[in-house]
Amino acid sequence: MIEINKITENNYLLITVSGEADASSSIHLDKAIREAMDENGPNILVDCTQLEYISSAGLGVFMSYIGEISNRSINFIIFGLSEKVLKVFGILGLDQLLTIKADKEEAKAALNAV
Amino acid sequence: MKITLTPKFYMRLSLVLAVLLWLIGTLIDILQLLAVRSEVDLGISPIVIQLIECIFLIFVMVYFRYRVKSVESGNFIDLLWRVFATGLITTIISLVIVLFYSSISGTPLAENQFVKVFFDDLNKALISVFLISTFTVWKRLILYQRSKRLIYYWNIFELAVVLSVFFSLTGLTLLSSLLFDLIFAAMAIMAILLSGNLKWVAYLNFKQKWKGILLILLITIYIFYFFNSLYISPGDVEGTFETFDSLFILVLFTFVLFYSIFSLLVILFNLPTSSVFEKKMEEALNFQRLSQSISQGENEEEIFEVLLMSSMSAVYADAGWVEITSNEKDTQFITKHISREEINTVKELVLSAKSRTVMKNPFLSEDRSDRVIVSLKKYHYRSVFVVPITLQNDVIGFMYLLNEVSESFNKEMINIINTFASQASVAVENFRLMGKAIENQRYQEELNIAKSVQRALLPESLDHNQAFEIHAFTEAAAEVGGDYYDTFKLDDDRFAIVIGDVSGKGTSAAFHMSQMKGIFQSLVQMDLSPKSFLIHANTALSNCLERTSFITLTYYIIDTKKRVVDFARAGHCPTLFYHKKKNRAEFLENKGLGLGIMRNDSFGNFIEESQFKFDKDDILVLYTDGISEAKNHENEEFGFDRMLNLLQQNAHYDPVMIQKVFISKLYEFCHEVDLDDDYTMVVIKFK
Repeated sequence: MIEINKITENNYLLITVSGEADASSSIHLDKAIREAMDENGPNILVDCTQLEYISSAGLGVFMSYIGEISNRSINFIIFGLSEKVLKVFGILGLDQLLTIKADKEEAKAALNAV
Repeated sequence: MKITLTPKFYMRLSLVLAVLLWLIGTLIDILQLLAVRSEVDLGISPIVIQLIECIFLIFVMVYFRYRVKSVESGNFIDLLWRVFATGLITTIISLVIVLFYSSISGTPLAENQFVKVFFDDLNKALISVFLISTFTVWKRLILYQRSKRLIYYWNIFELAVVLSVFFSLTGLTLLSSLLFDLIFAAMAIMAILLSGNLKWVAYLNFKQKWKGILLILLITIYIFYFFNSLYISPGDVEGTFETFDSLFILVLFTFVLFYSIFSLLVILFNLPTSSVFEKKMEEALNFQRLSQSISQGENEEEIFEVLLMSSMSAVYADAGWVEITSNEKDTQFITKHISREEINTVKELVLSAKSRTVMKNPFLSEDRSDRVIVSLKKYHYRSVFVVPITLQNDVIGFMYLLNEVSESFNKEMINIINTFASQASVAVENFRLMGKAIENQRYQEELNIAKSVQRALLPESLDHNQAFEIHAFTEAAAEVGGDYYDTFKLDDDRFAIVIGDVSGKGTSAAFHMSQMKGIFQSLVQMDLSPKSFLIHANTALSNCLERTSFITLTYYIIDTKKRVVDFARAGHCPTLFYHKKKNRAEFLENKGLGLGIMRNDSFGNFIEESQFKFDKDDILVLYTDGISEAKNHENEEFGFDRMLNLLQQNAHYDPVMIQKVFISKLYEFCHEVDLDDDYTMVVIKFK
């Protein structure tokens, strides 16, 4: 099960992902990010504090936006990854391609630094 | 000659013995007569003659017991016919004797004692045969629907009848002995009570009932004829036959007569209601046909045909049709006694008719699912019953039943039609489910083929030399999986080894896995460094992987001469390595990125190539995340720490044993939770 919420705060869109991102629920994650990329401004923050587990399908969703993020100069920042999930991102090498911050404050700071 | 003791054998034996005994009895009678004439005492006691008679009767009973087999439903008339035939033969013979006597009356032959004795005995035997055969058939009819109690009472009665055979040995007669009277009265009452068991009559149809009445009437006439010839001395041929004063015969007469009269009356009174009974039977049979229709490999159309036919006959409809709408447009019609033009007229009339009775379907709210009875005016069909046919709460069609009589559908009929319609729905549903099951079975077979094809993609033997031992294990969650491992001998001292995992599971993963196999087999021959192998593989895969798919892979080159391993990691789980000297295991972590994530030239920037030395008894464990990320029911992962400890504790084993320990510990950890990912491990131990 996965729960995704979107709120516009200040100058960015905050996507909150909670639960488990597995093969079936990743479709919702993909849809949410797709909409955010299409409709909202260049600043997107993804709050993964409540994300308990991510499967390869979930990773595949994040992976598929890497090219578009850099091409369109979108500030796409993920924060709040648990140690376990962060490790999965790290093994696959996604941490080299995506901006990953520890918490919301750091994420906001990174956004403003740009 | 070997004699097998079959019922047929007993039947024939008893027949032969009965005939023999009768001949002996008659012979003795004649001899006795002769002796009396010549005033010689033969010394044969009358008891012996009576005993022979008794035993004769017993054998006749045994014969008929085997001869008249138990009743199967429907052959009641055959049985009655048999009694009738036996009666006919015996009566004809008896009549012939009487006629013969009357024709020779006055001649010396008529006065001949020998002839008289012979005919007397013959007559007695004929009557006994007829009575016993009728008795046996009545017995079968009474016991057609048997209860424990009935069998109990019958056995008592039958035993009494058999014993009464020997009552004649006492020499008591009906008129002179009170004991005789009492026993006779008791047995007659039993006979009358048992005669109340006439359940078989209900199973006769109208035609059979008429036949039954006719046959039983004739049988009753025989009985009267014989009774008359025995006990009521006819005036004209006075004293033709000796009276036959036996309890056995009297009881049989009473029983046979009462049962005949009872059945005659019961069949007669059952005649008017038999059509109702037949109708109910037919409905039950139709219902059964509907339920069985799928098992006979019939198709949906045939099921609807059975439904229409059964329903029409149940409500005496003059015409009707079933229309089934499949996939929105196509409407299929199954019609009976009505043309398509007429169907359209009737449907228009039904829609516009004012006089209609609507019965709601309690399970469905849709208007379409209501059953409707419509009365039509100014049309030759006066009443129409519209029954929706539903399948899993969807109305898939309608059945129209038409009748030329107005208000012809009563409540009972409506109920029956509803039952028929729902039974047909069940049959169709089962039919469709069966189709799906067969289809699934086919997919399953296809998957099994895919499984064996995929299995063949994994190496059967792993390339290695004297410097190391290698062992691999793999298991897929579904029939096919996305895990991959392979080896290649670059030269005598150098071996390429690869382990990979395709994102996702099942069929799509299996396809990508086979692509990976192709890429490995072609690139490995170029003898590339691990890093450039991954760069080339990434380029090759970038064009064929879907947007969200990627492959993780680690590529190793083992050089047994230099005793080093070069490797590069494309986002795959870090390799587990055990140093014998340090007696410590660790994960070899370096920079890497999954194949297909970066689909351009910059991929190489994210890959780091590393090298490590190995010594004797060092161990390399390659695995996929199915092992490290396996979860137990508390949602806890098997995890890297557990793997590290496991390897340290079991490093003294050979690769096969290490793999076995890992997998058994993994199963133990997951316990009852199904492993829902593919898992693979390759264990290398250096020498």
